[in-house]
Amino acid sequence: MADPVVDPARRNWLMITCGAGAVGGVATAVPFVASFTPSERAKAAGAPVEVDISGLKPGEKAVVEWRGKPVWILHRTPEQLASLKKTDPQVADPKSERKTYPTPEYAKNEYRSRKPELLVVVGICSHLGCSPSDKLTPGPQPSLPDDWAGGFLCPCHGSTFDLAGRVFKNKPAPDNLEVPPYTYLSDSKLLIGEDKKA
Amino acid sequence: MAEMKEAPADAPLGIKLMTWMDNRFPSAFQAYRDHMSEYFAPKNFNVWYFFGSLALLVLVIQIVTGIFLTMHYKPDAANAFASVEYIMRDVPGGWLIRYMHSTGASAFFIVVYLHMYRGLIYGSYRKPRELVWIFGCAIFLCLMAEAFFGYLLPWGQMSYWGAQVIVNLFAAVPFIGPDLALLIRGDYVVGDATLNRFFAFHVIAVPLVLLGLVVAHVLALHDVGSNNPDGVEIKAKKDAQGRPLDGIPFHPYYSVHDTFGVAVFLLIFCAIMFFAPELGGYFLEYNNFIPADPLKTPPHIAPVWYFTPYYTILRATTDPMVNVLCVIVGLAAALNLLKGKGTMAAKAALLVGAVVLIALMKTFDAKFWGVVLMGGAVIILFFLPWLDQSPVKSIRYRPSWHKLVYALFVVAFLILGYQGTQPAAPSGSVLERLSQLCTLIYFGFFLLMPWWSRQGTFKPVPDRVTFAAH
Repeated sequence: MADPVVDPARRNWLMITCGAGAVGGVATAVPFVASFTPSERAKAAGAPVEVDISGLKPGEKAVVEWRGKPVWILHRTPEQLASLKKTDPQVADPKSERKTYPTPEYAKNEYRSRKPELLVVVGICSHLGCSPSDKLTPGPQPSLPDDWAGGFLCPCHGSTFDLAGRVFKNKPAPDNLEVPPYTYLSDSKLLIGEDKKA
Repeated sequence: MAEMKEAPADAPLGIKLMTWMDNRFPSAFQAYRDHMSEYFAPKNFNVWYFFGSLALLVLVIQIVTGIFLTMHYKPDAANAFASVEYIMRDVPGGWLIRYMHSTGASAFFIVVYLHMYRGLIYGSYRKPRELVWIFGCAIFLCLMAEAFFGYLLPWGQMSYWGAQVIVNLFAAVPFIGPDLALLIRGDYVVGDATLNRFFAFHVIAVPLVLLGLVVAHVLALHDVGSNNPDGVEIKAKKDAQGRPLDGIPFHPYYSVHDTFGVAVFLLIFCAIMFFAPELGGYFLEYNNFIPADPLKTPPHIAPVWYFTPYYTILRATTDPMVNVLCVIVGLAAALNLLKGKGTMAAKAALLVGAVVLIALMKTFDAKFWGVVLMGGAVIILFFLPWLDQSPVKSIRYRPSWHKLVYALFVVAFLILGYQGTQPAAPSGSVLERLSQLCTLIYFGFFLLMPWWSRQGTFKPVPDRVTFAAH
């Protein structure tokens, strides 16, 4: 057999065609990756929700579904509102300044709400997405500190939140509970998912 | 073309048929010789060596039962839970097939954990078996993915919230995390789209990869030959025909031997499957008998037992733990600077690296580092062949105190596993500190291995395996 001689012209063509083939191969991945993103139907399902809050008495909590997530509406009692002063130094981000789940301007106050009594938050822990349980009764109880002033406990990894949905320090969850965009249509009607109207 | 073989004219029909086959498909006959009748395995295998073939058995059980389950299961968020109950109540034999599959899932992990532990104590990952070990680790990863995807399918509360937590782990990755989680879920929350794609992953995508890896694992093993409890290379001493003196043909010796192991295994497997398929909530969690409810997390959620050690590592990584890790990284770099071998440039580079790492640890949330540690706890296994620097393979010829190191590791692993089944410990409590200590022991075992595995007085390794005929 003769010594193999490299024909540069053929070699170049071979490299160019292989390169073009590789580009085509990679481009083929586009529709497959795209099929993983939310479908048009899933994107369309995010409409705002209207809630009637006239029957919600002080100390009661309502849960409504918005974009598949639980939204809590908690009617806080004066004692519960007072507890926020006490938890101020114990929470990680008292003024809701972190940017991961930006708090709307109208909720950037000490109650994290439009009206002081009514807390509206997405009931999904900012750690790994569990829904925290109500621990509204103050006092010592399992998994909670002895000076517990009422709030929420995430059953998955033990993050705790005060009655304004602010996460306590040194917990796995980095952020406060998300405040969704919302607005009052009237004194008894709440619109969750939109804050432009009214 | 190879020469055609000719059976003698008066040979029995069976022989003639085999000769006919051998002439047309010789590679099948060669494969039988390479992997069964002329694969020489060390003769001194002990009870630990049952688990490889048992893992293969469980794989077959899972594939067969899985195929039958897909004939009745509906991967649809509205119908999934009901279709599983339909299998349990209305499909003839359906309950048994499902319990075989659910018990098989846990059995798979028991067998695989024991199989991996065997490799750990006898140094089965050492040269020349590094790739066997790496394929095995990849199988373990696939198995975890398979178990995770499969766990969503019954669409119970644990299925739903377990998937929610694990998918959100990916959201903790800085910058691309939220989009990545969206890509995995296919929706803004775990929903029908998620269930559908997890079904596809569980029944076809991951099993295909898994089977390919199992083939690679066994082929690579049969190329280099099995290790044994003495860690002696049996290929070093061969007879006139080139057969290892300490080897015996896999078939019939180990095929019969393994059949005995299968019998014992199936006794235990069937006892659990028939009498305690839930195994006190460890194999099938009670909360998963409640249909998925996106608005309410069950008060106590925990992964299935085989994920709990890693889950505890995730939970243990809080801000104080990250601070401890920063101190450890800093001390390690400083110690290397003072005592380590290597050039000054390398030391300086390591120090800069440590400073950058500490800066990153303080920049990103503890949540992200929890995910990193959890993933790292599995990934670190891949590096075991290079972490272990001991001059002998088997624990039998290591210094006796090495056994204590292994024991400490096992105890830490079991504590991590147990704690993962329990509710989250309050922050700052003794239990939380214990889980953090066990996390440090877990990583310390591997990361300090290049150092401790060389220490002590090693016993002489014999030329031939220790074996008493019985």
